[in-house]
Amino acid sequence: MESTSVIGTVNKKGQTFTEPRQLFFEAPRVTSFLTGSEVIKEAIRRASVDVMVAYPITPQSEAAALIGELFAEGYIGDYMRGESEFAVMGQCAGAAFGGARVFTTTAGPGTLRAFENFPMWAGARLPIQVIVTCRGVNSPLSIQPDTLEISFLLDTGMMVWHAETAQDFFDWILMGYIVAEQPDVHLPLAVCCDGFFVTHTKDTVMLTPADMTLPPYDPYRSPVPCMDMECPPVRMMRDPFVMKSNYISYATHASWQQEVRAACERSRKHTIALMGGLIETENLDAEILIVASGTAVSQGREAIRLLDAEGIKVGLVKVKSLRPFPTEEIRQATKNAKWIIVPEFNVVGWLAREIRAIIDRNDRVIVGPHVCGGMTMPPEVIVEKIHQVIKAGKGELVHG
Amino acid sequence: MGKDKIRINEEFYDIMPPEYRELVENATYGKESRGWKDMGVNKELIEEHSLCAGCPESMAFRYILASLPAPEDTVMVGSTGCTSLVFPHVALHNIHSLFGNQNAIATGLKRALTVRFPNKVKDIVVLAGDGATVDIGLDMTLQSWFRGEKFTTICFDNELYANTGGQESGLMQKGFVAKMAPVGKKFDKVRLPEIARESGCQYVVNMTASQPGKVEKVIRNAVYIARELGPTYVQIYTPCILEIGKQSMEGLQEMRDSEKPTERFAYKEYITDEAKAYLADLDAKRKAKATAQLAAK
Repeated sequence: MESTSVIGTVNKKGQTFTEPRQLFFEAPRVTSFLTGSEVIKEAIRRASVDVMVAYPITPQSEAAALIGELFAEGYIGDYMRGESEFAVMGQCAGAAFGGARVFTTTAGPGTLRAFENFPMWAGARLPIQVIVTCRGVNSPLSIQPDTLEISFLLDTGMMVWHAETAQDFFDWILMGYIVAEQPDVHLPLAVCCDGFFVTHTKDTVMLTPADMTLPPYDPYRSPVPCMDMECPPVRMMRDPFVMKSNYISYATHASWQQEVRAACERSRKHTIALMGGLIETENLDAEILIVASGTAVSQGREAIRLLDAEGIKVGLVKVKSLRPFPTEEIRQATKNAKWIIVPEFNVVGWLAREIRAIIDRNDRVIVGPHVCGGMTMPPEVIVEKIHQVIKAGKGELVHG
Repeated sequence: MGKDKIRINEEFYDIMPPEYRELVENATYGKESRGWKDMGVNKELIEEHSLCAGCPESMAFRYILASLPAPEDTVMVGSTGCTSLVFPHVALHNIHSLFGNQNAIATGLKRALTVRFPNKVKDIVVLAGDGATVDIGLDMTLQSWFRGEKFTTICFDNELYANTGGQESGLMQKGFVAKMAPVGKKFDKVRLPEIARESGCQYVVNMTASQPGKVEKVIRNAVYIARELGPTYVQIYTPCILEIGKQSMEGLQEMRDSEKPTERFAYKEYITDEAKAYLADLDAKRKAKATAQLAAK
């Protein structure tokens, strides 16, 4: 099916298949006051999803169940509850192998239980979208927000974005399918958010009209054959290199791994065209910068407002995409900064680690403040950290 | 899909592998009477394979591919193991993704193809070893049956982990000494056919691959019933001659010995009344069609 040919036609729910850029940038928007979970539902209502597989785990259960309501209303081709996240991600893979646009959601321990699937999705070039509503993965049991699991996702070959707000969610879920399904990308996408802070709080969101929807996925634009016995080649290879110990086998696997990472890098141009960049910045001429992703960005904004009242100028870099990582963008944005503060909602400080790895004079990076285990991060904590940095001044390192 | 979709560009014809040319020219697509007897002349679905010489699994694989009622609209799902070495040679769309998730993959695949092709039948056939089906993948095997997913599950039961070198599996016989069962397996062979029956399968068969005609009949029944009614399960003894100390030419005899009436692979079939009626109806329709064709002549 050629997706462009359906533009302007109407689906069985009366929604008009709309050219993506028109949907994103020209369609009228209506202000709504919704929880993050409800926003996920509203995005999926407009995403022409074929198959959604659900499984309960806090804090994504509500969103997964709300999409079941969409199925009952006829907006989604098929919907089922899987038996575990490992099975769910297999069911998603099966549906994507069969040429469906696939959606699922998971969180915390679920993400980790599903894990074997993620590099498989990437290697099989399945443009599945998974929402990861991050929560603690530690023992003793915790259901509270904590972003540690994102660090595990970074080297799966998937694209990984980190939403700050419900508005990000709404826009990125829709834009995400368009980026992920490009023939030169064709990779899975994890759109992450901080559980509860985004999923369970109400926020003002600008929605596109409910009677406009994305054009359907066209599986025949995939760089690998769709497994539907409707397209050649039906015989994949003569001499399988699966387990052979020879140079051609190694070279095949090595080049494919590199190709998956290259495809992720190629997503940049599509993401930049739709999302305006992999990062967003404010006041880069300030000596002190906060670089953050997810909810930590919002807390950073509050800290900047408090510091501004004291006459201290602090700039902001919001990292939207973690894979591909905005290496050049962050180098440029931080080149004049004396101090780079990286507040995070996890115990290890993985974003700080990522930033330290790519900039010069990386002793400018202050790891933290970080909170974990479900704690909130009052902006005062960030303010205090910046006060410490200023006091310590002149090149003296301050560890959080 | 029909043969019209797999034509070879004339410019590339001479460099295409011979079995691909054979597929394009001679595929038994759409031939309702295809079966194991085509094997000598129609090798388009499988020509070479990379299994051991004399491996009964390779025989069973050929019989199954020859018996699929509609290869032109059949997608197969495999798992890790000896079968995953064969699948890349097979001229059907087939999926290998992970070890043990085959029935989850098949679930998603069947649902996607049903959404995408509402007016067309797409048969899904899972083919995996006993480790994948009964040990690491048991959860997903059973759950797909509980849900009544409409596809066929075939287990190549060689009673051990063959590809990794002969370790104990759940379908291994009690007392068998193997790697990871250094003093003999402590518990009975898992009774998956009975579990399958209780889990909602419409048609369950326990057999060996010693008789191609029988394999053909069972596979056709299993695919037809899964298409219309619900899950079907076929467990086929495909001994790993290497790991049980047999020679290449002894696989067939091993299967014959193991299917004697008192042995663990004596032919056993379970079929629901609904499935029985459905097969009888299919048969009657086929006969009526043949009679009508004769009359027309």
